[in-house]
Amino acid sequence: MAWNLASPLAVLPGLAAVLLGLGLGLPAGFARLRLVGAVVGLAGLLWLLMQGAPALLDGAGEYARVSPAVGFWCLLVVLMLLMADALATMALGPMQRGAVLLTVIGALAIMLGSGVLADLSVMQEYAARRDAFVSELVRHLGLAFGSLAAAAVIGFPLGVLCHRREQLRGAILPVLSFLQTIPSLAMFGLMIPLLGWVGDTVPGAQAIGIAGIGFAPAFLALVLYSLLPVVGNTVAGLGATPPAALEAARGMGMTPAQRLLRVELPLGLPIILTGLRIVLVQNIGLAVIAGLIGGGGFGTFVFQGLNQTATDLILLGALPTVALALTAGIVMDILVELTRRTPKDTR
Amino acid sequence: MKIGMILRPALIALLLALVVRPDWFVPVFAPLAPEGGPVIYQRASLLSLSLSHLGLVLMASLAATFVAVTLAIFVTRPAGAAFRPLSRTITNIGQTFPPVAVLALAVPALGFGAGPTLVALFLYGLLPIFENAITALSTLPPATMEAARGIGLSRWQRLVRVELPLALPVTLTGIRLSVVIALGTATIGSTVAARTLGEVIIAGLLTNNTAFVLQGGLIVGLFAVLIYDAMVLLERHLARRMGG
Repeated sequence: MAWNLASPLAVLPGLAAVLLGLGLGLPAGFARLRLVGAVVGLAGLLWLLMQGAPALLDGAGEYARVSPAVGFWCLLVVLMLLMADALATMALGPMQRGAVLLTVIGALAIMLGSGVLADLSVMQEYAARRDAFVSELVRHLGLAFGSLAAAAVIGFPLGVLCHRREQLRGAILPVLSFLQTIPSLAMFGLMIPLLGWVGDTVPGAQAIGIAGIGFAPAFLALVLYSLLPVVGNTVAGLGATPPAALEAARGMGMTPAQRLLRVELPLGLPIILTGLRIVLVQNIGLAVIAGLIGGGGFGTFVFQGLNQTATDLILLGALPTVALALTAGIVMDILVELTRRTPKDTR
Repeated sequence: MKIGMILRPALIALLLALVVRPDWFVPVFAPLAPEGGPVIYQRASLLSLSLSHLGLVLMASLAATFVAVTLAIFVTRPAGAAFRPLSRTITNIGQTFPPVAVLALAVPALGFGAGPTLVALFLYGLLPIFENAITALSTLPPATMEAARGIGLSRWQRLVRVELPLALPVTLTGIRLSVVIALGTATIGSTVAARTLGEVIIAGLLTNNTAFVLQGGLIVGLFAVLIYDAMVLLERHLARRMGG
Protein backbone atom coordinates (compact mmCIF):
# COMPACT_ATOMS: atom_id res chain seq x y z
CA MET A 1 0.00 0.00 0.00
CA ALA A 2 1.00 3.54 -0.66
CA TRP A 3 1.73 4.47 2.92
CA ASN A 4 4.41 1.83 3.16
CA LEU A 5 5.98 2.96 -0.09
CA ALA A 6 6.53 6.65 0.27
CA SER A 7 7.38 8.51 3.43
CA PRO A 8 4.41 9.44 5.62
CA LEU A 9 5.24 13.10 5.08
CA ALA A 10 4.63 12.71 1.36
CA VAL A 11 1.49 10.62 1.68
CA LEU A 12 -0.38 12.36 4.51
CA PRO A 13 -1.24 15.60 2.67
CA GLY A 14 -2.72 13.62 -0.20
CA LEU A 15 -4.79 11.35 2.02
CA ALA A 16 -5.94 14.32 4.08
CA ALA A 17 -6.98 16.18 0.91
CA VAL A 18 -8.96 13.21 -0.42
CA LEU A 19 -10.76 12.76 2.92
CA LEU A 20 -11.40 16.50 3.26
CA GLY A 21 -12.69 16.62 -0.30
CA LEU A 22 -15.11 13.75 0.31
CA GLY A 23 -16.16 15.32 3.63
CA LEU A 24 -16.89 18.67 2.00
CA GLY A 25 -18.55 17.14 -1.00
CA LEU A 26 -20.92 14.59 0.45
CA PRO A 27 -23.34 16.78 2.49
CA ALA A 28 -26.13 17.86 0.19
CA GLY A 29 -27.35 21.40 -0.25
CA PHE A 30 -24.20 23.46 -0.72
CA ALA A 31 -23.23 23.27 -4.38
CA ARG A 32 -20.21 25.55 -4.11
CA LEU A 33 -18.87 23.67 -1.11
CA ARG A 34 -19.31 20.41 -3.00
CA LEU A 35 -17.40 21.82 -5.97
CA VAL A 36 -14.54 22.94 -3.74
CA GLY A 37 -14.55 19.52 -2.07
CA ALA A 38 -14.36 17.75 -5.43
CA VAL A 39 -11.43 19.90 -6.59
CA VAL A 40 -9.55 19.42 -3.29
CA GLY A 41 -10.18 15.68 -3.44
CA LEU A 42 -9.00 15.40 -7.05
CA ALA A 43 -5.86 17.36 -6.18
CA GLY A 44 -5.21 14.96 -3.29
CA LEU A 45 -5.70 11.97 -5.56
CA LEU A 46 -3.26 13.44 -8.09
CA TRP A 47 -0.73 14.06 -5.32
CA LEU A 48 -0.98 10.45 -4.13
CA LEU A 49 -0.51 9.25 -7.70
CA MET A 50 2.56 11.44 -8.12
CA GLN A 51 4.07 10.16 -4.87
CA GLY A 52 3.16 6.53 -5.32
CA ALA A 53 4.40 5.88 -8.84
CA PRO A 54 8.10 6.82 -8.45
CA ALA A 55 8.23 5.11 -5.04
CA LEU A 56 6.94 1.87 -6.54
CA LEU A 57 9.28 2.07 -9.51
CA ASP A 58 12.34 2.77 -7.38
CA GLY A 59 14.79 -0.02 -8.15
CA ALA A 60 12.13 -2.14 -9.86
CA GLY A 61 13.97 -2.51 -13.16
CA GLU A 62 13.57 -1.07 -16.61
CA TYR A 63 10.47 -2.95 -17.71
CA ALA A 64 8.44 -2.37 -14.56
CA ARG A 65 5.16 -0.52 -15.02
CA VAL A 66 2.87 1.17 -12.56
CA SER A 67 -0.82 1.67 -13.15
CA PRO A 68 -3.57 2.85 -10.84
CA ALA A 69 -5.89 0.11 -9.59
CA VAL A 70 -9.59 -0.12 -8.86
CA GLY A 71 -9.45 2.07 -5.75
CA PHE A 72 -8.07 5.00 -7.74
CA TRP A 73 -10.66 4.70 -10.50
CA CYS A 74 -13.53 4.43 -7.98
CA LEU A 75 -12.38 7.51 -6.08
CA LEU A 76 -11.88 9.34 -9.39
CA VAL A 77 -15.42 8.50 -10.52
CA VAL A 78 -16.95 9.51 -7.16
CA LEU A 79 -15.09 12.84 -7.12
CA MET A 80 -15.93 13.59 -10.77
CA LEU A 81 -19.59 12.85 -10.08
CA LEU A 82 -19.52 15.21 -7.10
CA MET A 83 -18.07 17.88 -9.39
CA ALA A 84 -20.59 17.25 -12.17
CA ASP A 85 -23.44 17.29 -9.66
CA ALA A 86 -22.25 20.56 -8.12
CA LEU A 87 -21.93 22.18 -11.55
CA ALA A 88 -25.38 20.92 -12.57
CA THR A 89 -26.97 22.31 -9.39
CA MET A 90 -25.31 25.71 -9.92
CA ALA A 91 -27.10 25.98 -13.30
CA LEU A 92 -24.36 27.94 -15.07
CA GLY A 93 -25.04 29.91 -18.22
CA PRO A 94 -23.53 28.80 -21.54
CA MET A 95 -20.55 31.17 -21.31
CA GLN A 96 -19.73 30.11 -17.75
CA ARG A 97 -19.91 26.46 -18.75
CA GLY A 98 -17.50 27.18 -21.59
CA ALA A 99 -15.13 28.79 -19.10
CA VAL A 100 -15.34 25.77 -16.76
CA LEU A 101 -14.66 23.42 -19.69
CA LEU A 102 -11.63 25.46 -20.77
CA THR A 103 -10.32 25.48 -17.18
CA VAL A 104 -10.66 21.70 -16.90
CA ILE A 105 -8.99 21.12 -20.28
CA GLY A 106 -6.23 23.57 -19.33
CA ALA A 107 -5.63 21.83 -16.00
CA LEU A 108 -5.56 18.45 -17.75
CA ALA A 109 -3.11 19.73 -20.37
CA ILE A 110 -0.79 21.20 -17.72
CA MET A 111 -0.95 17.98 -15.70
CA LEU A 112 -0.16 15.73 -18.66
CA GLY A 113 2.33 18.12 -20.24
CA SER A 114 4.36 18.76 -17.08
CA GLY A 115 5.38 15.10 -16.89
CA VAL A 116 4.39 14.59 -13.23
CA LEU A 117 2.51 11.49 -14.33
CA ALA A 118 5.19 10.28 -16.75
CA ASP A 119 5.87 7.24 -14.56
CA LEU A 120 2.38 5.81 -15.10
CA SER A 121 2.16 2.98 -17.59
CA VAL A 122 -0.45 4.68 -19.78
CA MET A 123 1.84 7.66 -20.14
CA GLN A 124 4.76 5.38 -20.92
CA GLU A 125 2.74 3.73 -23.66
CA TYR A 126 2.01 7.23 -24.91
CA ALA A 127 5.66 8.22 -24.81
CA ALA A 128 6.57 5.11 -26.79
CA ARG A 129 4.01 5.90 -29.50
CA ARG A 130 3.86 9.67 -29.51
CA ASP A 131 3.93 9.98 -33.32
CA ALA A 132 1.36 7.24 -33.83
CA PHE A 133 -0.87 8.85 -31.18
CA VAL A 134 -0.87 12.20 -32.97
CA SER A 135 -1.57 10.66 -36.37
CA GLU A 136 -4.38 8.47 -34.96
CA LEU A 137 -5.83 11.52 -33.22
CA VAL A 138 -5.87 13.41 -36.52
CA ARG A 139 -7.38 10.36 -38.22
CA HIS A 140 -10.04 9.99 -35.53
CA LEU A 141 -11.02 13.66 -35.69
CA GLY A 142 -10.98 13.47 -39.50
CA LEU A 143 -13.38 10.52 -39.43
CA ALA A 144 -15.74 12.07 -36.87
CA PHE A 145 -15.81 15.65 -38.18
CA GLY A 146 -15.45 14.74 -41.85
CA SER A 147 -18.43 12.40 -41.72
CA LEU A 148 -20.37 15.04 -39.79
CA ALA A 149 -19.65 17.60 -42.52
CA ALA A 150 -20.54 15.17 -45.31
CA ALA A 151 -23.74 14.14 -43.54
CA ALA A 152 -24.70 17.79 -43.05
CA VAL A 153 -24.04 18.62 -46.71
CA ILE A 154 -26.17 15.68 -47.88
CA GLY A 155 -28.68 15.57 -45.06
CA PHE A 156 -29.61 19.22 -44.79
CA PRO A 157 -30.99 19.69 -48.34
CA LEU A 158 -32.62 16.28 -48.00
CA GLY A 159 -34.25 17.46 -44.78
CA VAL A 160 -35.53 20.64 -46.43
CA LEU A 161 -36.97 18.58 -49.30
CA CYS A 162 -38.60 16.16 -46.84
CA HIS A 163 -40.05 19.14 -44.96
CA ARG A 164 -41.63 20.42 -48.17
CA ARG A 165 -42.93 17.14 -49.59
CA GLU A 166 -44.87 14.78 -47.37
CA GLN A 167 -44.55 11.71 -49.65
CA LEU A 168 -40.77 12.06 -49.80
CA ARG A 169 -40.66 12.17 -46.01
CA GLY A 170 -42.66 8.93 -45.78
CA ALA A 171 -40.21 7.25 -48.16
CA ILE A 172 -36.86 8.51 -46.90
CA LEU A 173 -37.14 8.49 -43.11
CA PRO A 174 -37.96 4.74 -42.79
CA VAL A 175 -34.98 3.88 -45.03
CA LEU A 176 -32.68 6.01 -42.88
CA SER A 177 -33.96 4.47 -39.64
CA PHE A 178 -33.43 1.04 -41.16
CA LEU A 179 -29.77 2.00 -41.80
CA GLN A 180 -29.51 2.96 -38.13
CA THR A 181 -30.48 -0.55 -36.97
CA ILE A 182 -27.68 -2.26 -38.89
CA PRO A 183 -25.05 -3.25 -36.31
CA SER A 184 -21.97 -1.07 -36.62
CA LEU A 185 -19.54 -3.95 -37.04
CA ALA A 186 -21.60 -5.35 -39.94
CA MET A 187 -21.97 -1.90 -41.53
CA PHE A 188 -18.21 -1.35 -41.46
CA GLY A 189 -17.66 -4.88 -42.72
CA LEU A 190 -20.06 -4.50 -45.63
CA MET A 191 -18.50 -1.22 -46.77
CA ILE A 192 -15.22 -3.05 -47.44
CA PRO A 193 -16.36 -5.24 -50.37
CA LEU A 194 -18.65 -2.49 -51.65
CA LEU A 195 -15.92 0.12 -51.86
CA GLY A 196 -13.39 -2.47 -52.95
CA TRP A 197 -15.64 -3.26 -55.88
CA VAL A 198 -16.12 0.46 -56.67
CA GLY A 199 -12.37 0.99 -56.46
CA ASP A 200 -11.74 -1.87 -58.86
CA THR A 201 -14.42 -1.10 -61.43
CA VAL A 202 -14.83 2.68 -61.58
CA PRO A 203 -11.86 4.24 -63.35
CA GLY A 204 -10.08 6.84 -61.28
CA ALA A 205 -11.78 5.88 -58.03
CA GLN A 206 -8.61 4.41 -56.58
CA ALA A 207 -6.70 7.54 -57.44
CA ILE A 208 -8.84 9.57 -55.03
CA GLY A 209 -8.41 7.00 -52.29
CA ILE A 210 -11.53 4.87 -52.65
CA ALA A 211 -10.57 1.32 -51.81
CA GLY A 212 -11.89 -1.55 -49.74
CA ILE A 213 -9.48 -1.00 -46.87
CA GLY A 214 -8.69 2.04 -44.81
CA PHE A 215 -10.29 5.44 -44.49
CA ALA A 216 -12.98 5.31 -47.18
CA PRO A 217 -15.19 2.43 -45.92
CA ALA A 218 -15.11 3.71 -42.33
CA PHE A 219 -15.96 7.21 -43.52
CA LEU A 220 -18.89 6.05 -45.66
CA ALA A 221 -20.27 3.88 -42.84
CA LEU A 222 -20.19 6.85 -40.47
CA VAL A 223 -21.92 9.10 -43.02
CA LEU A 224 -24.70 6.54 -43.46
CA TYR A 225 -25.21 6.35 -39.68
CA SER A 226 -25.31 10.16 -39.44
CA LEU A 227 -28.04 10.77 -42.00
CA LEU A 228 -31.03 9.90 -39.81
CA PRO A 229 -30.30 12.37 -36.97
CA VAL A 230 -29.45 15.14 -39.47
CA VAL A 231 -32.46 14.65 -41.76
CA GLY A 232 -34.86 13.81 -38.93
CA ASN A 233 -33.93 16.82 -36.83
CA THR A 234 -33.93 19.16 -39.84
CA VAL A 235 -37.50 18.08 -40.59
CA ALA A 236 -38.47 18.40 -36.92
CA GLY A 237 -36.72 21.77 -36.58
CA LEU A 238 -38.29 23.30 -39.67
CA GLY A 239 -41.68 21.89 -38.69
CA ALA A 240 -41.50 23.41 -35.21
CA THR A 241 -41.94 27.00 -36.43
CA PRO A 242 -44.90 28.56 -34.59
CA PRO A 243 -47.80 28.89 -37.08
CA ALA A 244 -48.21 32.56 -36.12
CA ALA A 245 -44.64 33.39 -37.15
CA LEU A 246 -45.11 31.59 -40.45
CA GLU A 247 -48.41 33.39 -41.06
CA ALA A 248 -46.79 36.75 -40.34
CA ALA A 249 -43.94 35.97 -42.75
CA ARG A 250 -46.42 35.03 -45.43
CA GLY A 251 -48.38 38.20 -44.72
CA MET A 252 -45.26 40.29 -45.17
CA GLY A 253 -44.98 38.86 -48.67
CA MET A 254 -41.88 36.71 -48.15
CA THR A 255 -41.15 34.13 -50.83
CA PRO A 256 -40.82 30.47 -49.73
CA ALA A 257 -37.04 30.76 -49.92
CA GLN A 258 -37.04 33.88 -47.75
CA ARG A 259 -39.35 32.22 -45.24
CA LEU A 260 -36.99 29.26 -45.06
CA LEU A 261 -33.84 31.33 -44.59
CA ARG A 262 -35.16 34.13 -42.40
CA VAL A 263 -37.90 32.47 -40.32
CA GLU A 264 -37.95 28.68 -40.29
CA LEU A 265 -34.18 28.17 -40.21
CA PRO A 266 -33.31 30.56 -37.37
CA LEU A 267 -36.19 29.25 -35.27
CA GLY A 268 -35.39 25.60 -35.99
CA LEU A 269 -31.64 25.97 -35.51
CA PRO A 270 -31.49 24.62 -31.95
CA ILE A 271 -33.25 21.40 -32.98
CA ILE A 272 -31.06 21.04 -36.09
CA LEU A 273 -27.94 21.59 -33.99
CA THR A 274 -29.16 18.97 -31.51
CA GLY A 275 -29.17 16.54 -34.43
CA LEU A 276 -25.57 17.48 -35.23
CA ARG A 277 -24.68 16.99 -31.55
CA ILE A 278 -26.09 13.46 -31.61
CA VAL A 279 -24.12 12.73 -34.79
CA LEU A 280 -20.85 14.12 -33.50
CA VAL A 281 -20.94 12.27 -30.17
CA GLN A 282 -22.11 9.07 -31.87
CA ASN A 283 -19.44 9.23 -34.57
CA ILE A 284 -16.60 9.90 -32.15
CA GLY A 285 -17.62 6.66 -30.45
CA LEU A 286 -18.28 4.67 -33.61
CA ALA A 287 -15.00 5.77 -35.21
CA VAL A 288 -13.33 3.41 -32.70
CA ILE A 289 -14.64 0.48 -34.75
CA ALA A 290 -12.72 1.81 -37.76
CA GLY A 291 -9.63 0.50 -35.96
CA LEU A 292 -10.87 -3.01 -36.65
CA ILE A 293 -11.00 -2.57 -40.43
CA GLY A 294 -7.74 -0.65 -40.80
CA GLY A 295 -9.46 2.73 -40.88
CA GLY A 296 -7.22 4.18 -38.20
CA GLY A 297 -8.23 6.33 -35.26
CA PHE A 298 -8.01 5.51 -31.56
CA GLY A 299 -9.65 2.16 -32.25
CA THR A 300 -6.25 1.01 -33.54
CA PHE A 301 -4.89 1.21 -29.98
CA VAL A 302 -8.03 -0.26 -28.43
CA PHE A 303 -8.05 -3.35 -30.63
CA GLN A 304 -4.26 -3.78 -30.52
CA GLY A 305 -4.59 -3.65 -26.76
CA LEU A 306 -7.46 -6.14 -26.74
CA ASN A 307 -5.52 -8.53 -28.96
CA GLN A 308 -2.39 -8.39 -26.80
CA THR A 309 -4.28 -8.14 -23.48
CA ALA A 310 -2.39 -4.90 -22.95
CA THR A 311 -4.60 -2.91 -20.59
CA ASP A 312 -2.57 0.28 -20.92
CA LEU A 313 -2.89 0.26 -24.68
CA ILE A 314 -6.68 -0.14 -24.35
CA LEU A 315 -6.72 2.84 -21.98
CA LEU A 316 -4.54 4.85 -24.36
CA GLY A 317 -7.23 4.42 -27.01
CA ALA A 318 -10.37 4.50 -24.86
CA LEU A 319 -9.65 7.39 -22.49
CA PRO A 320 -9.01 10.02 -25.21
CA THR A 321 -12.12 8.80 -27.05
CA VAL A 322 -14.25 9.27 -23.94
CA ALA A 323 -12.68 12.69 -23.31
CA LEU A 324 -13.31 13.75 -26.93
CA ALA A 325 -16.93 12.58 -26.82
CA LEU A 326 -17.60 14.36 -23.52
CA THR A 327 -15.98 17.59 -24.72
CA ALA A 328 -17.88 17.48 -28.01
CA GLY A 329 -21.14 16.88 -26.14
CA ILE A 330 -20.60 19.83 -23.80
CA VAL A 331 -19.48 22.22 -26.57
CA MET A 332 -22.46 21.32 -28.76
CA ASP A 333 -24.84 21.74 -25.79
CA ILE A 334 -23.47 25.25 -25.30
CA LEU A 335 -23.96 26.02 -29.02
CA VAL A 336 -27.54 24.71 -28.90
CA GLU A 337 -28.28 26.95 -25.95
CA LEU A 338 -26.72 30.00 -27.59
CA THR A 339 -28.84 29.61 -30.74
CA ARG A 340 -32.06 29.13 -28.80
CA ARG A 341 -34.28 32.19 -28.98
CA THR A 342 -36.03 32.59 -25.68
CA PRO A 343 -39.81 32.29 -25.97
CA LYS A 344 -40.02 36.00 -25.07
CA ASP A 345 -38.32 36.95 -28.33
CA THR A 346 -40.50 34.86 -30.57
CA ARG A 347 -43.88 35.56 -29.11
CA MET B 1 -49.15 -1.47 -43.32
CA LYS B 2 -49.85 -3.58 -46.39
CA ILE B 3 -46.17 -3.82 -47.22
CA GLY B 4 -45.60 -4.92 -43.64
CA MET B 5 -48.05 -7.79 -44.00
CA ILE B 6 -45.95 -9.32 -46.80
CA LEU B 7 -42.51 -8.14 -45.77
CA ARG B 8 -42.66 -9.23 -42.13
CA PRO B 9 -43.31 -12.99 -42.69
CA ALA B 10 -40.83 -12.95 -45.59
CA LEU B 11 -38.08 -11.48 -43.41
CA ILE B 12 -38.84 -13.92 -40.59
CA ALA B 13 -38.68 -16.84 -43.03
CA LEU B 14 -35.39 -15.55 -44.47
CA LEU B 15 -33.90 -15.18 -41.00
CA LEU B 16 -34.97 -18.66 -39.89
CA ALA B 17 -33.62 -20.22 -43.09
CA LEU B 18 -30.30 -18.36 -42.70
CA VAL B 19 -29.88 -19.51 -39.13
CA VAL B 20 -31.13 -23.09 -39.37
CA ARG B 21 -30.25 -24.10 -42.94
CA PRO B 22 -27.34 -21.91 -44.02
CA ASP B 23 -26.36 -24.56 -46.63
CA TRP B 24 -29.27 -23.45 -48.79
CA PHE B 25 -27.53 -20.13 -49.34
CA VAL B 26 -24.22 -21.51 -50.63
CA PRO B 27 -24.97 -20.45 -54.24
CA VAL B 28 -25.83 -16.92 -53.05
CA PHE B 29 -22.73 -16.41 -50.97
CA ALA B 30 -20.30 -18.40 -53.13
CA PRO B 31 -19.32 -15.52 -55.46
CA LEU B 32 -18.33 -13.45 -52.40
CA ALA B 33 -16.09 -16.02 -50.75
CA PRO B 34 -12.41 -16.19 -51.71
CA GLU B 35 -11.67 -18.88 -54.29
CA GLY B 36 -11.65 -22.34 -52.72
CA GLY B 37 -12.40 -20.87 -49.29
CA PRO B 38 -15.34 -21.84 -47.09
CA VAL B 39 -18.64 -20.18 -48.02
CA ILE B 40 -20.62 -20.79 -44.84
CA TYR B 41 -19.13 -20.24 -41.38
CA GLN B 42 -18.31 -23.72 -40.07
CA ARG B 43 -16.44 -23.28 -36.80
CA ALA B 44 -19.69 -23.04 -34.88
CA SER B 45 -23.27 -23.44 -36.01
CA LEU B 46 -24.97 -20.15 -36.81
CA LEU B 47 -27.93 -21.30 -34.72
CA SER B 48 -25.91 -21.70 -31.53
CA LEU B 49 -24.13 -18.39 -32.12
CA SER B 50 -27.49 -16.66 -32.65
CA LEU B 51 -28.90 -18.18 -29.47
CA SER B 52 -25.87 -17.15 -27.47
CA HIS B 53 -26.03 -13.65 -28.99
CA LEU B 54 -29.71 -13.27 -28.16
CA GLY B 55 -29.15 -14.77 -24.73
CA LEU B 56 -26.52 -12.17 -23.88
CA VAL B 57 -28.73 -9.34 -25.10
CA LEU B 58 -31.76 -10.73 -23.26
CA MET B 59 -29.90 -11.15 -19.96
CA ALA B 60 -28.33 -7.69 -20.14
CA SER B 61 -31.60 -6.04 -21.16
CA LEU B 62 -33.64 -7.77 -18.44
CA ALA B 63 -31.14 -6.75 -15.79
CA ALA B 64 -30.94 -3.21 -17.18
CA THR B 65 -34.73 -2.89 -17.30
CA PHE B 66 -35.12 -4.14 -13.73
CA VAL B 67 -32.46 -1.83 -12.31
CA ALA B 68 -33.41 1.20 -14.41
CA VAL B 69 -37.13 0.98 -13.63
CA THR B 70 -36.46 0.40 -9.92
CA LEU B 71 -34.17 3.44 -9.84
CA ALA B 72 -36.68 5.52 -11.77
CA ILE B 73 -39.45 4.59 -9.33
CA PHE B 74 -37.15 5.44 -6.43
CA VAL B 75 -36.15 8.91 -7.65
CA THR B 76 -39.73 9.85 -8.53
CA ARG B 77 -40.89 9.11 -4.92
CA PRO B 78 -40.59 11.90 -2.33
CA ALA B 79 -37.93 9.90 -0.45
CA GLY B 80 -35.61 9.67 -3.44
CA ALA B 81 -36.17 13.14 -4.86
CA ALA B 82 -32.79 14.34 -3.57
CA PHE B 83 -31.01 11.90 -5.89
CA ARG B 84 -32.82 13.07 -8.98
CA PRO B 85 -30.41 15.80 -10.17
CA LEU B 86 -27.46 13.45 -9.65
CA SER B 87 -29.13 10.64 -11.57
CA ARG B 88 -29.91 13.08 -14.40
CA THR B 89 -26.26 14.12 -14.51
CA ILE B 90 -25.12 10.51 -14.62
CA THR B 91 -27.60 9.74 -17.41
CA ASN B 92 -26.45 12.70 -19.49
CA ILE B 93 -22.76 11.90 -19.08
CA GLY B 94 -23.37 8.21 -19.63
CA GLN B 95 -25.02 8.78 -22.96
CA THR B 96 -21.94 10.50 -24.36
CA PHE B 97 -19.84 7.45 -23.42
CA PRO B 98 -19.13 5.43 -26.59
CA PRO B 99 -20.38 1.81 -26.21
CA VAL B 100 -17.13 0.45 -27.61
CA ALA B 101 -15.18 2.36 -24.99
CA VAL B 102 -17.41 0.94 -22.23
CA LEU B 103 -16.68 -2.53 -23.57
CA ALA B 104 -12.95 -1.89 -23.84
CA LEU B 105 -12.78 -0.42 -20.34
CA ALA B 106 -14.69 -3.38 -18.88
CA VAL B 107 -12.06 -5.82 -20.15
CA PRO B 108 -9.21 -4.78 -17.82
CA ALA B 109 -11.62 -5.03 -14.89
CA LEU B 110 -13.32 -8.32 -15.77
CA GLY B 111 -11.07 -10.21 -18.15
CA PHE B 112 -12.11 -11.77 -21.45
CA GLY B 113 -15.26 -13.67 -22.33
CA ALA B 114 -18.94 -13.01 -21.87
CA GLY B 115 -18.48 -11.05 -18.60
CA PRO B 116 -17.29 -7.67 -19.92
CA THR B 117 -19.74 -7.82 -22.81
CA LEU B 118 -22.61 -8.43 -20.41
CA VAL B 119 -21.49 -5.55 -18.19
CA ALA B 120 -21.05 -3.17 -21.11
CA LEU B 121 -24.45 -4.07 -22.56
CA PHE B 122 -26.05 -3.72 -19.12
CA LEU B 123 -24.45 -0.35 -18.35
CA TYR B 124 -25.17 1.09 -21.76
CA GLY B 125 -28.70 -0.28 -21.74
CA LEU B 126 -29.54 1.37 -18.41
CA LEU B 127 -29.52 4.91 -19.71
CA PRO B 128 -32.30 5.02 -22.35
CA ILE B 129 -34.61 2.94 -20.12
CA PHE B 130 -33.94 5.04 -17.04
CA GLU B 131 -34.43 8.30 -18.91
CA ASN B 132 -37.70 7.20 -20.52
CA ALA B 133 -39.04 5.66 -17.30
CA ILE B 134 -38.39 8.91 -15.41
CA THR B 135 -40.03 10.97 -18.14
CA ALA B 136 -43.02 8.64 -18.16
CA LEU B 137 -43.42 8.54 -14.37
CA SER B 138 -43.11 12.29 -13.95
CA THR B 139 -45.47 13.33 -16.76
CA LEU B 140 -48.51 11.28 -15.73
CA PRO B 141 -51.83 13.10 -16.21
CA PRO B 142 -52.53 14.93 -12.90
CA ALA B 143 -56.28 14.32 -13.18
CA THR B 144 -55.76 10.54 -13.26
CA MET B 145 -53.45 10.66 -10.27
CA GLU B 146 -55.96 12.79 -8.38
CA ALA B 147 -58.73 10.33 -9.21
CA ALA B 148 -56.60 7.39 -8.04
CA ARG B 149 -56.00 9.20 -4.76
CA GLY B 150 -59.69 10.09 -4.57
CA ILE B 151 -60.94 6.51 -4.79
CA GLY B 152 -58.71 5.68 -1.86
CA LEU B 153 -55.89 3.70 -3.47
CA SER B 154 -52.84 3.35 -1.26
CA ARG B 155 -49.41 4.50 -2.54
CA TRP B 156 -48.45 0.98 -3.46
CA GLN B 157 -51.76 0.37 -5.28
CA ARG B 158 -51.37 3.65 -7.15
CA LEU B 159 -47.90 2.67 -8.26
CA VAL B 160 -48.79 -0.83 -9.40
CA ARG B 161 -52.25 -0.24 -10.81
CA VAL B 162 -52.03 3.31 -12.20
CA GLU B 163 -48.54 4.72 -12.56
CA LEU B 164 -46.66 1.72 -13.93
CA PRO B 165 -49.30 0.72 -16.51
CA LEU B 166 -49.54 4.32 -17.71
CA ALA B 167 -45.78 4.65 -17.90
CA LEU B 168 -45.38 1.37 -19.78
CA PRO B 169 -45.51 2.55 -23.43
CA VAL B 170 -42.86 5.27 -22.98
CA THR B 171 -40.71 2.94 -20.88
CA LEU B 172 -40.99 0.32 -23.63
CA THR B 173 -39.62 2.85 -26.14
CA GLY B 174 -36.55 3.16 -23.93
CA ILE B 175 -36.23 -0.62 -23.70
CA ARG B 176 -36.49 -0.88 -27.49
CA LEU B 177 -33.71 1.66 -28.05
CA SER B 178 -31.53 -0.11 -25.54
CA VAL B 179 -32.18 -3.57 -27.03
CA VAL B 180 -31.31 -2.42 -30.56
CA ILE B 181 -28.08 -0.80 -29.34
CA ALA B 182 -27.29 -3.96 -27.38
CA LEU B 183 -27.82 -6.21 -30.43
CA GLY B 184 -25.27 -4.18 -32.38
CA THR B 185 -22.82 -3.72 -29.53
CA ALA B 186 -22.86 -7.45 -28.72
CA THR B 187 -21.20 -8.14 -32.10
CA ILE B 188 -18.23 -6.11 -30.90
CA GLY B 189 -18.18 -8.36 -27.84
CA SER B 190 -16.62 -11.02 -30.05
CA THR B 191 -13.39 -9.02 -30.10
CA VAL B 192 -13.16 -9.89 -26.41
CA ALA B 193 -14.05 -13.54 -26.99
CA ALA B 194 -17.75 -13.48 -26.18
CA ARG B 195 -19.73 -16.00 -28.23
CA THR B 196 -21.87 -13.85 -30.51
CA LEU B 197 -22.58 -13.49 -34.21
CA GLY B 198 -19.79 -10.93 -34.28
CA GLU B 199 -17.48 -13.96 -34.40
CA VAL B 200 -18.64 -14.63 -37.96
CA ILE B 201 -18.12 -11.03 -39.06
CA ILE B 202 -14.69 -10.81 -37.47
CA ALA B 203 -13.62 -14.13 -39.01
CA GLY B 204 -14.69 -12.65 -42.36
CA LEU B 205 -12.72 -9.46 -41.78
CA LEU B 206 -9.59 -11.37 -40.80
CA THR B 207 -9.67 -13.77 -43.77
CA ASN B 208 -11.00 -11.26 -46.31
CA ASN B 209 -14.10 -13.39 -46.70
CA THR B 210 -17.02 -11.15 -47.61
CA ALA B 211 -19.42 -14.08 -47.49
CA PHE B 212 -18.83 -14.39 -43.73
CA VAL B 213 -19.22 -10.65 -43.15
CA LEU B 214 -22.47 -10.62 -45.08
CA GLN B 215 -23.85 -13.69 -43.29
CA GLY B 216 -23.11 -12.36 -39.83
CA GLY B 217 -24.22 -8.84 -40.68
CA LEU B 218 -27.41 -9.99 -42.36
CA ILE B 219 -28.46 -12.20 -39.45
CA VAL B 220 -27.76 -9.54 -36.79
CA GLY B 221 -29.41 -6.89 -38.97
CA LEU B 222 -32.52 -9.01 -39.48
CA PHE B 223 -32.77 -9.75 -35.76
CA ALA B 224 -32.43 -6.03 -35.00
CA VAL B 225 -35.04 -4.97 -37.55
CA LEU B 226 -37.54 -7.67 -36.56
CA ILE B 227 -37.18 -7.12 -32.81
CA TYR B 228 -37.44 -3.35 -33.33
CA ASP B 229 -40.55 -3.86 -35.42
CA ALA B 230 -42.12 -6.25 -32.91
CA MET B 231 -41.57 -3.81 -30.07
CA VAL B 232 -43.03 -0.91 -32.07
CA LEU B 233 -46.13 -3.05 -32.66
CA LEU B 234 -46.32 -3.89 -28.95
CA GLU B 235 -46.01 -0.19 -28.02
CA ARG B 236 -48.74 0.76 -30.48
CA HIS B 237 -50.98 -1.96 -29.13
CA LEU B 238 -50.45 -0.83 -25.53
CA ALA B 239 -50.88 2.86 -26.41
CA ARG B 240 -54.14 2.05 -28.17
CA ARG B 241 -55.35 0.11 -25.15
CA MET B 242 -54.47 3.04 -22.87
CA GLY B 243 -56.24 5.50 -25.12
CA GLY B 244 -59.34 3.33 -25.58
